[in-house]
Amino acid sequence: MITFDGVTKRYADGTVAVDDLHLEAPTGEITVFVGPSGCGKTTSLRMINRMIDATHGTISLDGVDVRTIDPPTLRRGIGYVIQQAGLFPHRTIVDNIATVPHLLGWSRKKARAHALELLDRVGLAPELAGRYPFQLSGGQQQRVGVARALAADPPVLLMDEPFSAVDPVVRTSLQDELLRLQAELNKTIVFVTHDIDEAIKLGDRVAVLRVGGRLAQVAAPAALLSAPADEFVAEFLGRDRGIRRLSFVSDASLRLRPDLTVPASSPVSEAAGRAASAQSPWLAVVDAGDRPLGWVNPAELPRDGTLEGVRLLPYGTFVHGRDSLRTALDAALLSPSGCAIAVAEDGGAVVGVATRESLDEALALAASDVGNGDPANG
Amino acid sequence: MGAGEEERVNWLIEFFGDPANWSGPDGIPLRLLEHLLFSVAALALAALVAIPLGLWIGHTGRGSLFIVVAANLARALPTLGLVVLIVMLLGTASVWPVLIPLVALAVPAILVNTFEGIRGVDPELRDAAYGMGLSGRQVLGRVLVPVALPLILLGLRLAAIQIVATAAVAAYTGLGGLGRYIIDGLAIRDYPTVLGGSVLIVLFALAAQFLFVMAERVAVSPGVSRRVKVR
Ligand SMILES: Nc1ncnc2c1ncn2[C@@H]1O[C@H](COP(=O)(O)OP(=O)(O)O)[C@@H](O)[C@H]1O
Ligand SMILES: [Mg+2]
Repeated sequence: MITFDGVTKRYADGTVAVDDLHLEAPTGEITVFVGPSGCGKTTSLRMINRMIDATHGTISLDGVDVRTIDPPTLRRGIGYVIQQAGLFPHRTIVDNIATVPHLLGWSRKKARAHALELLDRVGLAPELAGRYPFQLSGGQQQRVGVARALAADPPVLLMDEPFSAVDPVVRTSLQDELLRLQAELNKTIVFVTHDIDEAIKLGDRVAVLRVGGRLAQVAAPAALLSAPADEFVAEFLGRDRGIRRLSFVSDASLRLRPDLTVPASSPVSEAAGRAASAQSPWLAVVDAGDRPLGWVNPAELPRDGTLEGVRLLPYGTFVHGRDSLRTALDAALLSPSGCAIAVAEDGGAVVGVATRESLDEALALAASDVGNGDPANG
Repeated sequence: MGAGEEERVNWLIEFFGDPANWSGPDGIPLRLLEHLLFSVAALALAALVAIPLGLWIGHTGRGSLFIVVAANLARALPTLGLVVLIVMLLGTASVWPVLIPLVALAVPAILVNTFEGIRGVDPELRDAAYGMGLSGRQVLGRVLVPVALPLILLGLRLAAIQIVATAAVAAYTGLGGLGRYIIDGLAIRDYPTVLGGSVLIVLFALAAQFLFVMAERVAVSPGVSRRVKVR
């Protein structure tokens, strides 16, 4: 756990970058510092590995004041990733990754073997090992930056806007990659960004800072969205807070109907009968493996033949037990039926259908949670 | 080819074809060796002073004003004047009257380029290096110097050009080197010798250039020079 206890940083020119910060970054979680440019995020982060020393107050790592550890030693035990990756241009990728193990005196062979393993871990091809940084794309360089920070397996990782300089598609994949890695590694991560969406996506806890270096609020993303502490935080969170909050509500509260599917091989007349007894105009047509094909309204079809060859209407799916209520709602809105199809994570077979009624119930339940603390994390 | 040019070619043949010019204290090999020794000694001394100083100032940021002063002073120094002055002060009994001006001439180029090389390293890279846990000395030695190496070598190369060209003044002090051919030749209006001497000085300078280009190829990381074989 990283603890900020009354930490203030006043620069030589009198600028107060961080003002009396009290904060905890729990072990094994991602704590995000977010806020407008110049609010002191970078300063706060860099005081942890003593790239900057605090003017007042104490920062401790698992109870040990960082000021009692000499900076190089401290930093070798803390991974550090910055915006432009900061790779050493004169070293190959594998040697870049092996930087800290090398400093720690690992044998060359062990350091390289481990570096190659990390290359794979961050999703890079082994052919890249012998290349130089200038031969890599920005996104690949950032991945190497992450691998380098992880190389000596430090318990703590500091990341200062690591994905800000890459295009949005690459950024999304880097974010997903980080979450995937974190699920395996359980590092204590402090992540700085000015992008609130990134903060909400990545953070277990999000600390919102305001200019002048004051902490405005620290909370889990869902709690932040449902109950911003003040006008500043609400404004910084931006539009659609209610909808975005649904990303943190699991689909567990969605009642699924198992009786609204029909195999494509069924005769139309049988489908019409099934729709009538289910009291739903809509049925989800599935293939032989129970995977969804589209929606039909059997009442509108001529009564001969099977559903094979019938024009099916668009559908949306969400993964049962994994996706959020927001994804389910989005799936429902992508179909004229107004219903969302729940599929199994493995194989994609239909598990059931979330009707408008069940979505309505789940939304009402989610709304009633606002103000009662955090909704269940999805 | 005009008559004048033909004459000059004949001068060259005369100079380089004369076996007497290839041996003895006045011979080309010995003069070349003298020239080489002054040049290398001057460059080495200059590098010994300027590289550590440039690295230190570039790395710590302390004493940057010194760089500006050194750079301007150097441009204002008349080498020949300096040689004559030092010869007057020290006499011609030692090599210092030659070496001091040559070194003084070479130091600024090396100093300024070394300093600029280190200063010019991307601050993000410097930051990352410290952030990884490298000590100040390791940041300098393992990151800044390899990245600044092209500029440091450029400084050495510029210094070498100036030294090689100016080493001819050594002849004024009776210390030999390729400059003797020019001075002695002029004194007795022996133009083949003058021309031969100048050609040797030019060839020497070109060879020195070539050496530096090769050194750069070997010493600078392909990641910095961006010269990488396609594999
Ligand atoms: N070395 C410095 N000297 C003086 N002021 C600084 C220095 N570094 C940052 N600041 C100031 O401190 C404030 C916070 O900076 P920073 O921590 O970089 O903010 P952020 O990362 O949130 O954009 C800003 O007003 C910035 O101008
Ligand atoms: Mg910043």
